[in-house]
Amino acid sequence: MLKASLALLKRDIGLSWSRGGGPILAVGFYLTLMAMIPLSLGPETQVLARVAPGLTWLSLALASLLSLERLFERDYEDGLFDILRGGKLPLEAIALIKCLAQWIGTGLILALLTPMVMIILGAPVEAAGLSLVAAVLGSLSFALIGGVGASLSLGSRKGGVLIALLVLPFYVPPVIFGAGLMQAYLTGAPITQALGLLGAYSLFALALCPIATGAALRSALN
Amino acid sequence: MISWLANPERFSRIFTPIRPYVGVAAALMFMWGLYLCFASPEDYQQGDTVRIMYMHVPAAWMAMAVYLIMGIASFFGLIWRHSLADVAAKAAAPIGAAFTALSLLTGSLWGRPMWGTWWEWDGRMTSVLVLFLFYIGYMALHAAIEDETRAAKSTAILAMIGLVNLPVIKFSVDWWNTLHQGASVVRADGPSIAPDMLWPLLVMALAFKLLFVWLWLLRIDTELMARRYRALRARLSFAEEGN
Repeated sequence: MLKASLALLKRDIGLSWSRGGGPILAVGFYLTLMAMIPLSLGPETQVLARVAPGLTWLSLALASLLSLERLFERDYEDGLFDILRGGKLPLEAIALIKCLAQWIGTGLILALLTPMVMIILGAPVEAAGLSLVAAVLGSLSFALIGGVGASLSLGSRKGGVLIALLVLPFYVPPVIFGAGLMQAYLTGAPITQALGLLGAYSLFALALCPIATGAALRSALN
Repeated sequence: MISWLANPERFSRIFTPIRPYVGVAAALMFMWGLYLCFASPEDYQQGDTVRIMYMHVPAAWMAMAVYLIMGIASFFGLIWRHSLADVAAKAAAPIGAAFTALSLLTGSLWGRPMWGTWWEWDGRMTSVLVLFLFYIGYMALHAAIEDETRAAKSTAILAMIGLVNLPVIKFSVDWWNTLHQGASVVRADGPSIAPDMLWPLLVMALAFKLLFVWLWLLRIDTELMARRYRALRARLSFAEEGN
């Protein structure tokens, strides 16, 4: 079972890289949003430094949405799921593995860019480490919740926009905690509460989202 | 009991004759409630604007109650596969969305004279806005999936996930410092609101509930009839092809 899981994980990460799209698209979108922020708000450093954490997290959430549409769709259309169901892995595990692959293939790369984005927008360099940790945690919950949205809208033909509508309300708490965490750090307030809440939310997502995604996949496959 | 009622034919037979009475009762309750609203005294601080409360609070209660009903119906639909439960959940969504919109609108109109702002990003308003987005997402997902059984399943999963928002709304006034006041009707030590204001509020709440039941039964019946019509047409065109 472990072997099957690892094989599936490797395949999915490989696919997201080899077919282009995935991470490159999301990274390009993320950086474009970053560039548009000073262009729309004006380049005054003080204004930018104040809004940098919030807008960085908002951009991270939006960029995480991009490749969700293709998360299950291709395997659903070409019948891979029917083959996988014949194997030992339950659909919940398949859902979890695919979301983890999405996280590793796209989310982590966006998370790695986050300190840089925040610094370019005017946050101090000392905040880099913490912003990376927060973005890693946050992007995990984005990928897992995104899996729920992607599986629910399978076969609906309105994919992208529908997923965004379903998923974004659930992205609100990590955005609040993540941006609040950075704001607290920058103003010198205690950070443990926001960091704890962000971690708790991601762990909850890790425990519950695969179950919901598995149920939605099962309903789509029958 | 629930399984016995889950038969759509039986459900229609029992509830269709009752429905007009529910509608009339809702109308009478609204007349009584509105009379009480205007007969009740002005608030010594808020003056006449306090009467917005008699719309705002019942609408907000219903916004949450309808979502809870939707979640429970979805649960029954998902576990016991009662198609009537799916219909009930689907029928409740637009009504709940309307109540949510009404509570946001009246809240905004009330906030302007009282707090000096149309909108404040406090915990309760934000979480109710998210509730409204859940209703929209639910309806959009239902509309996007053509196959009725699949749509029911997917939306049921979504509705149940969205239930986590209800405790957030309820306790938002305790968790965050906000402009909204704490609970003043349902409290361990009895309501803290003046009886002159509690009565119109309760009558209006009952009127809102009856209005919901009436609309809900109407929408369930309409949906059942639409399904019967679709099934008949499908059978008819099938028979025509056979000839």
